[in-house]
Amino acid sequence: MAKTHVTMTINGQEVEALVEPRTLLIHFLREQMLLTGPHIGCETSHCGACTVDMNEMSVKSCTVFAVQANGANITTIEGMAAADGTLSALQEGFRMMHGLQCGYCTPGMITRAHRLLIENPNPSEDEIRMGIAGNLCRCTGYQNIVKSIQYAAAKINGVPFHEAAE
Amino acid sequence: MNDVSISREERAEKLQGMGCRRKRVEDIRFTQGKGQYVDDIKLPGMLFGDFVRSPYAHARIKSIDTSKAAAVKGVIAVLTAKDLKPVKLDWMPTLAGDVQMVLADGKVLFQNQEVAFVIAEDRYIASDACELVEVEYEELPVLVDPFKAMEANAPELREDLRGKTEGAHGKRKHHNHIFNWQVGDKSGTDAAIAKGEVTIKEMISYHRTHPCPLETCQAVASMDKIKGELTLWGTFQAPHVVRTVASLLSGIPESKIHVIAPDIGGGFGNKVGVYPGYVCAIVGSIVLGRPVKWVEDRTENLTATAFARDYHMTTEISATKDGKVTGLRVHILADHGAFDACADPSKWPAGFANIVTGSYDFPVAHLEVDGVYTNKAPGGVAYRCSFRVTEAAYCIERAMDILAQKLGMDPADLRMKNFIQPQQFPYQSALGWEYDSGDYPTALKKGMETIGYRALRAEQKAKQEAFKRGETREIMGVGVAFFTEIVGAGPSRNCDILGVGMFDSAEIRVHPTGSIIARMGTKSQGQAHETTYAQIIATELGIEADKIMIEEGNTDTAPYGLGTYGSRSTPVAGAATAMAARKIRAKAQMIAAHLLEVSDYDVEWDIDRFRVKGLPEKFKTMTEIAWAAYNNVPQGMEPGLEAVNYYDPPNMTYPFGAYICVMDIDVDTGVAKTRRFYALDDCGTRINPMVIEGQVHGGCTEGFAIAMGQEIRYDEMGNCITGTLMDFFLPTAVETPHWETDFTVTPSPHHPIGAKGVGESPNVGSVPAFSNAVNDAFAFLNAGHIQMPHDAWRTWEVAERLGLHR
Repeated sequence: MAKTHVTMTINGQEVEALVEPRTLLIHFLREQMLLTGPHIGCETSHCGACTVDMNEMSVKSCTVFAVQANGANITTIEGMAAADGTLSALQEGFRMMHGLQCGYCTPGMITRAHRLLIENPNPSEDEIRMGIAGNLCRCTGYQNIVKSIQYAAAKINGVPFHEAAE
Repeated sequence: MNDVSISREERAEKLQGMGCRRKRVEDIRFTQGKGQYVDDIKLPGMLFGDFVRSPYAHARIKSIDTSKAAAVKGVIAVLTAKDLKPVKLDWMPTLAGDVQMVLADGKVLFQNQEVAFVIAEDRYIASDACELVEVEYEELPVLVDPFKAMEANAPELREDLRGKTEGAHGKRKHHNHIFNWQVGDKSGTDAAIAKGEVTIKEMISYHRTHPCPLETCQAVASMDKIKGELTLWGTFQAPHVVRTVASLLSGIPESKIHVIAPDIGGGFGNKVGVYPGYVCAIVGSIVLGRPVKWVEDRTENLTATAFARDYHMTTEISATKDGKVTGLRVHILADHGAFDACADPSKWPAGFANIVTGSYDFPVAHLEVDGVYTNKAPGGVAYRCSFRVTEAAYCIERAMDILAQKLGMDPADLRMKNFIQPQQFPYQSALGWEYDSGDYPTALKKGMETIGYRALRAEQKAKQEAFKRGETREIMGVGVAFFTEIVGAGPSRNCDILGVGMFDSAEIRVHPTGSIIARMGTKSQGQAHETTYAQIIATELGIEADKIMIEEGNTDTAPYGLGTYGSRSTPVAGAATAMAARKIRAKAQMIAAHLLEVSDYDVEWDIDRFRVKGLPEKFKTMTEIAWAAYNNVPQGMEPGLEAVNYYDPPNMTYPFGAYICVMDIDVDTGVAKTRRFYALDDCGTRINPMVIEGQVHGGCTEGFAIAMGQEIRYDEMGNCITGTLMDFFLPTAVETPHWETDFTVTPSPHHPIGAKGVGESPNVGSVPAFSNAVNDAFAFLNAGHIQMPHDAWRTWEVAERLGLHR
């Protein structure tokens, strides 16, 4: 199949590649760019395991063609930590608050939460729950994911984090 | 090294051993997208396999033409049953003693059954070529309803079994019958129920559902034809068993098969069995000499691999007028689909369904199970469940509520009255189990007090009156469930998988500098083994958990074990870990005595060291002892400091818990809102409370889904109509209730550290709590038993049937 030339910025690096027009963004990222952080859970946009940040929006990369991302600025879980390796507040929060178990939904969940906290730096619990409703987790029951995001929000805002009693 | 300035408490805390909320080791890679799952594996020359699947639930295959598919550029091979026959892999054994088609052999028996396997250069080409395989089918009558399976004129599904009156578990009485299994005292139970002052009888169904981990089943097979060695990566909850099965099927010596289960994205029972995809990837790689990857998509996962439940349980209890139970009789109709692909221990065709007497002191009981074939996907696996415990717990917990209603008793009071009492342990159940330990009244009392049970009942009564007066359209339910699990399979005298006893194992090596690598025969799929096994070793050996690396899933390096399912990792491999550590500590004691120039008996263990009795300032730390183990051991002693333990448990463990759900239901919409959900678990000794709470949250969320709407459903033609996440309910953060966790601690007396296992308890306990809450809400309207799942539509229908909308 004839290939199309695309360029995009992925995790701050400009890349160019040839892709088939039908190649899904998730397959392009995972198989051509070797960024295996975003995962595939359903291929129907329900589970959110493949969530990446594309042009300042959370996008499910299983239902976007790579050619549609031509010229886009993309951040994946691999681009969340600082250049010196320091984990982001969310990455730290998920560990501190036990916001993950099998880890399969985690990259998509953190990537989604990253955009959520930019859009709403002080979300209520309900706003967090609504904000991550496009990302499914089968292990945690979400309660500790909510806490992880609250932990990160507090850290980003420079205020102390008070864990709600169970 | 004379660190007497540090207190004993500080030394203990530094270890991060058992009982502390140690942060997870796994998270460091998972939060950075650096986990390594099967689909992340990329090998040079790797091909990709995809299935052609049957659109029909029951049809004869008249012909298969693969020529157009094979002609597609990039397609390397197309396999059908005809290609697998010469290597005798067209059928494979199931763990339940049945056989299953790898690729359709003459007919198909369920929708989406594997018909042909296309191997191509990439997944897109493979998928395209699947569309070009031409299969001519002749439709046959379809059997969907298990209650019709054994009718005289029911269509014959398994022609391969024609004339076989004996199955793997005894006599078959019909062409669609798989087994009949009976436990208990039939005549005694019949008599008890005939004489019962009060009796109930109800058909309680636990509908078909699916574990649906976020990562589907997948594998990469790589055959090195020069060395004759096969490497197989896969989503395997039991990698060592997979190696044994792969060797038996392929004829390749087990030593030349390397099975690796890397990070696994959730299992919940879906990844215990052996599936056609694994076999076809292996065959493809053996034939082609190139690596072959197989990854199922979500629809394939939901419709073809590993459904769970589908148990239809006719349940009778007899009791005295004042509510003392006198007998339990249960008949289960078990729908296994097209092949009996249960993943139970071999001798247990209905798993541990005979735990159905639950937490109650039944003097006599009888259980009978009939397994049948239908034109549905094969199974059923234990979805976050120790082999049918979830079904059994649901059955007895629903039935106790039904009995309470008939007696006019409060359901918590009825349970309290019939509990096995603490002094009765070890307790022999009427259906053959020996419960190890428990204190049920304390647990239920704690739960009732914490949630304010009596006040809730008073509120409910007031609401019922208000509803009758027409002042509200909301009804309120309080669901009580008290479950007893049976986990940690199991003693090899009665538990095996394909003849291999269900022990488990640990190997611990202490390095000269005092760090440790330990390997187990289990395999985490999110359960945090890398974190929690290290905590066991830290406490047992006095080495900081951060210096202990845990490795699982590589059959070349890990000792043989039976894997992770049925909440068996802590009860079995956790015990092996403690026992192996104790072997090391025994040797360390001799080395310490040698270094301190006293006799072995003059030293005693103290957190992270051996000290001379009565002289606490004279000691050797484990780190010092580790160094000495490699250069200064007592004369005649082997150098080194390592041990292996294969632990064959003397008994199962019996975790238990009290779950209470408070629910408000709008009768006009059928929408049920969970106001509170309280989960008290007693899993014996608690290794990491943070991990336990996380497991309880997750299991309760799965239970919430199952009870409130998650279902695998078929239409009358055998089409699976819940094959995507649009139709198959996985709760989001919005619907999921808030969880309140609590605990009591009753250690297992036979387990080295007293731990019982917890992973599956919340799924077992929460489903009846939710279902009892819905049923309890409608009980004052005499709704009768309401079957799960309780989605808004079905709940609205109940209200409609009761005339509440008029």
